[in-house]
Amino acid sequence: MAEKKSLRKEFTKGLIRENPVMRLVLGTCPTLAVTTSIVNALGMGISAMIVLICSNIVISALRKIIPSKVRIPAYIVIIASFVTIVQMIVKAFVPALDQSLGVFLPLIVVNCIILGRAEAFAGKNGVIASAVDGLGMGIGFTIALCCMGAVREIIGAGTILSGAESLLSIAGITGFDGITLIGENSAISPMTIFILAPGGFFTFGILMACANRIAESKGKPKAELGCAACPMAKNCALLAKGEACEEKKEGTEV
Amino acid sequence: MVNGKKLVVSASPHLRSAQTTTKIMLDVVIALIPALIAAIFIFGPRVLCVAAVSIGSAVLAEYISRKVMKRHQTIGDMSAVVTGLILALNLPSTIPYWIAALGSVVAIVVVKQFFGGIGQNFANPAITARIVLLLSFGAQMGNWVAPLSWKTGITTTATPLAVEYSKLESELGVSLVDMFLGLRGGCLGETCALALILGGIYLLAKKVISPAIPAAFIGTVALIMLIAGKGDLGFVAYHVMGGGLLLGAFFMATDYSTCPINVKGKIIFGIGCGVITSLIRLFASMTEAVSFAILIMNLVVPFIDRATTPKPFGTPKKEKKSKEAAN
Repeated sequence: MAEKKSLRKEFTKGLIRENPVMRLVLGTCPTLAVTTSIVNALGMGISAMIVLICSNIVISALRKIIPSKVRIPAYIVIIASFVTIVQMIVKAFVPALDQSLGVFLPLIVVNCIILGRAEAFAGKNGVIASAVDGLGMGIGFTIALCCMGAVREIIGAGTILSGAESLLSIAGITGFDGITLIGENSAISPMTIFILAPGGFFTFGILMACANRIAESKGKPKAELGCAACPMAKNCALLAKGEACEEKKEGTEV
Repeated sequence: MVNGKKLVVSASPHLRSAQTTTKIMLDVVIALIPALIAAIFIFGPRVLCVAAVSIGSAVLAEYISRKVMKRHQTIGDMSAVVTGLILALNLPSTIPYWIAALGSVVAIVVVKQFFGGIGQNFANPAITARIVLLLSFGAQMGNWVAPLSWKTGITTTATPLAVEYSKLESELGVSLVDMFLGLRGGCLGETCALALILGGIYLLAKKVISPAIPAAFIGTVALIMLIAGKGDLGFVAYHVMGGGLLLGAFFMATDYSTCPINVKGKIIFGIGCGVITSLIRLFASMTEAVSFAILIMNLVVPFIDRATTPKPFGTPKKEKKSKEAAN
């Protein structure tokens, strides 16, 4: 029973409390770059989630074999293999998505969330727990991207789910390619800045504030990575003395 | 910031001044009235509606956001009125009202209240809102109306900076005197150089703004244009009166919370604005120079302030210290 409960905790922590994008502020590069539409965001989220779950499982299974001195290169090799597989699948089945995601699909290799979970969780925990952690974090990442994608697409382009046909065609559904909210002849026009980079930053900041508010209202403290995930923890003089370092202090102060 | 403490202990000197935020903001509004009147004369009565919508939504946005954020109400300090008015003067007269209102909301809520309200904004709210609107609604923001055409039927035109200086008279029919009087296409408040200079002089006389920023800003642009135009004074006048330079230099670059504290810093800030404006005007494909120059310089103000921190009296000179360190 205790095992089950903790597994559920590993799963739910990624959704809001330790949401990788909104609370841990990881993986911001793809977050800002690909969230110009919901379909792009969803494609990116799912691709990253698949890589995250697979790499978490393999890294966790190999955690006792990989020497700790070369663990980062080893993790990168594992992650890169899965990214290559995902990239090939996307190229083969959803070429339109591959085109719109562009370089950000192969760049999942260096996504902080995946390497961060490998370092902070999969390298220290069992296979099942790591898989659940990857699933929770992956869903959290996808939700965060989709929220941003929705805000930016609706305000910035005046459409919802535009380009959905490319994703739906895998499931055999055709004929639905999004809804246009603000047409060319309507009285108002979409606020283009939202699909440009500055709009991405505005949306990101505001959504981050909302996520912090939700987590705070549930009485949960501000999320932080803690010393466990810090790559410098082994050499950290402050930690040896039992003190918190600057980054940690900043996190706990608020 | 008193932070609710009853006793505030601070270092001397303790100066009392009758100057309040409300009075300063009222002075800025008074200084902008000539430009507003000129705009009504040049672009027609719709200008008043645009200004009313922009000011009204700015004040309303300030009121609602302070209420929602559970902070003390600050609409009494008139700063929202000034932001709304400056934003209105930065819009073309044909702007749809909802865009003007949206601009005010962006200025007040996103740029000002999200960062803590008056005195805490990272950039000039009106400038930032103008740039947000420009990037969002390029077509509506570039819809310039020919001066005085509201009487006979609105015709569109280009702004002087959009055509070459040599073709100013032949293509637009605008002379330098027309530019001085404001008889040209452009944003509401930027066209009438005469009204803007009057307003600027009022602010300088009332000591609301220090002359350092406008002088450095306009001076730098004039100097660079003098060199670029190979000594043609007409070219200099065309660039000084063109675009939003006077409006920006007197009313937007001088915003207290987004300009450096010291005179030295202010001069660096003004020169920076002038250089960026000139570079964009001379080499970039867009005419939007002043807004971007002020926004970029707004963002480096903290660094300018750090670099120009005055040396407290009696402390050793910096050069000595570095020499000692070298020895």
